[in-house]
Amino acid sequence: MTDDTQIAVDVRDAVKRYGDFTALQQISLGIRDNEFFTLLGPSGCGKTTLLRMIAGFEDVTEGAIFLYGDEIETLPPHQRPVNTVFQNYALFPHMTVLENVGFGLEMLGQSKAAARTRAAEMLELVQLSQFASRKPAQLSGGQQQRVALARALAPAPKVLLLDEPLSALDQKLRKAMQIELKHIQRETGITFIFVTHDQEEALTMSDRIAVMSAGELQQLGAPRDIYELPRNMFVADFIGDTNLLEVTVDEVTECRAACSLDGGLTLSCEAVEGVRKGAQVHLSIRPERLVLSETATGADSLRARVLENIFIGTDIATLLVLDNGSEITVRTSNSERGSKRIFDAGQMAFVTMERGAARLLRD
Amino acid sequence: MSARTDVKTYPGFFAITLLCMVILYAPLMVVTVYSFNASPSITVWEGLSLRWYADVFTGPESDKFKQAAFNSFSIALIAATLATAIATASATAIVRAGRFRLRLPSLGLITLPILVPEIVLAVATLIFFNSIGFTRGYMTILVAHIAFCIPFAYLPIQARMQGIENTYEQAAMDLYATKAQAFRQVLLPLMMPGIISGFLLAFIVSLDDFIITNFVKGAGVETLPTAIFGSVKQGIKPNIMAISTMLLSLSIMMVTISYFLSKWDNTK
Ligand SMILES: Nc1ncnc2c1ncn2[C@@H]1O[C@H](COP(=O)(O)OP(=O)(O)OP(=O)(O)O)[C@@H](O)[C@H]1O
Ligand SMILES: [Mg+2]
Repeated sequence: MTDDTQIAVDVRDAVKRYGDFTALQQISLGIRDNEFFTLLGPSGCGKTTLLRMIAGFEDVTEGAIFLYGDEIETLPPHQRPVNTVFQNYALFPHMTVLENVGFGLEMLGQSKAAARTRAAEMLELVQLSQFASRKPAQLSGGQQQRVALARALAPAPKVLLLDEPLSALDQKLRKAMQIELKHIQRETGITFIFVTHDQEEALTMSDRIAVMSAGELQQLGAPRDIYELPRNMFVADFIGDTNLLEVTVDEVTECRAACSLDGGLTLSCEAVEGVRKGAQVHLSIRPERLVLSETATGADSLRARVLENIFIGTDIATLLVLDNGSEITVRTSNSERGSKRIFDAGQMAFVTMERGAARLLRD
Repeated sequence: MSARTDVKTYPGFFAITLLCMVILYAPLMVVTVYSFNASPSITVWEGLSLRWYADVFTGPESDKFKQAAFNSFSIALIAATLATAIATASATAIVRAGRFRLRLPSLGLITLPILVPEIVLAVATLIFFNSIGFTRGYMTILVAHIAFCIPFAYLPIQARMQGIENTYEQAAMDLYATKAQAFRQVLLPLMMPGIISGFLLAFIVSLDDFIITNFVKGAGVETLPTAIFGSVKQGIKPNIMAISTMLLSLSIMMVTISYFLSKWDNTK
């Protein structure tokens, strides 16, 4: 990204309180123009609250939000170039699908005929042309969701806010809609701010992800960075599966840190800024970046006994227990079964991590 | 429902039901049937005739009844319209204003008049008009009717509002509608069945009212109920039954419409 990338939504030290409950702790983030930006976090962490503040349905208790340089408080909802796909769709029940989709355009002052033409185009985009004259109550949940999307896209907003729009869909439709949404975002160049509590969805769709927990921003970054370089325990644990090992840092030299586990086991990994000698921290290792072998392949190989193998479609997860009693999971891709040995329960094996796979967490 | 708890198997169910129906509807049946009686007597049946219906419109008392009918209908129309407008505004405010401290008291204050004995309201209204020196006449009746119609108009509207989530208005404003446009284009159409239902109810209640009207009306200004009462004091004639039957049919018609409107769903 170059420096002149325009910032679409700039949240600066924004705080939201309901009475004496703080729903959103001081948060700052800049969402870039044309970006697919995801707010990810468990239920109740304040995702909807932040979205509603951007849309203008909640006021900002402290701090400020800027929309393309304008202070948001100065713009009432109907003047913000922002549209929302609501968590419960909020389609107007007394209007037909076509009228729903054309509503925003009419409110912007377009003629009825022009609004209709554009609405019909939008319905075609979401493949619902044949339902144009139905009322929302006569559609399935997935169809309603697509109408809500078409309605929000029709006025060509600069920013589209989507509040868990896929949560009502079954797995298959959900996957199809994810691809569809991503496609629409690229095609239209609209900035998407997408809310989800599904980490897999966030990883596959986003340009950047903001991981939130309990009203606080935990980490902001590209999906790959968030997955491979989690900053703290929460992010490591929330995004994907991981092995968390308690370690003590014995030595930090140049970029490497030597760590010891309970029971005299030792490991070395990349040093992380802020984790110094003597620190007691957690080490996160993704199970798919561990390898099993019959003999020790390096200084960092740890001996372990296989507890069981779990078949999970594309992968096999092997549960092991280290000599010091900690449990560890190793994931082997099913397609690699030929080249890698699968150990049976009760057998002894050596666990080795790929270089750069372990990550010290600052908690 | 299992057969054992089915109310129809309780002893005496049929007899009690029949008794209730007779008590409720026999007087109405008698009035309706005898309004078609050819005889000037109200107890002797002499054959079918529309004579008394004609008498209502052309007989000696017809001028009085025509004036009373005009008063009744014009008052009912104006009172129901204004009461419905006020009720719509209050329902919007009370349901939409979120949780404010006076929410419950406001709700109570609006609906309380339904529970207060009408005679108390009548006396209170009369004292009020006297104390501000309002000369009794058509206007006093109208003002009193607007006031006591509000809770009747309010209830169906409020019931309807409860089922309308406020995300609809937010969605409208998100789609560039101003507050006024969101109200007109989204909220109002969704409330409409409740509003019409409330209007019809208010209209009937106003048309029907006797006690309050009788207290606050001026000399020489009559509505249908007070005119009928005045006429009955000099003895019941079959023309009264004809008027009553006509009013009864009108009421049934409007209550039926109101009922179907409350079921009507403009979202299907
Ligand atoms: N109007 C309100 N008054 C008081 N507290 C509120 C209000 N709205 C939300 N909250 C609280 O703020 C917190 C954040 O809520 P929010 O709706 O933003 O969560 P969320 O991250 O969207 O969760 P979900 O994934 O379940 O939708 C919650 O603890 C919620 O109880
Ligand atoms: Mg939410």
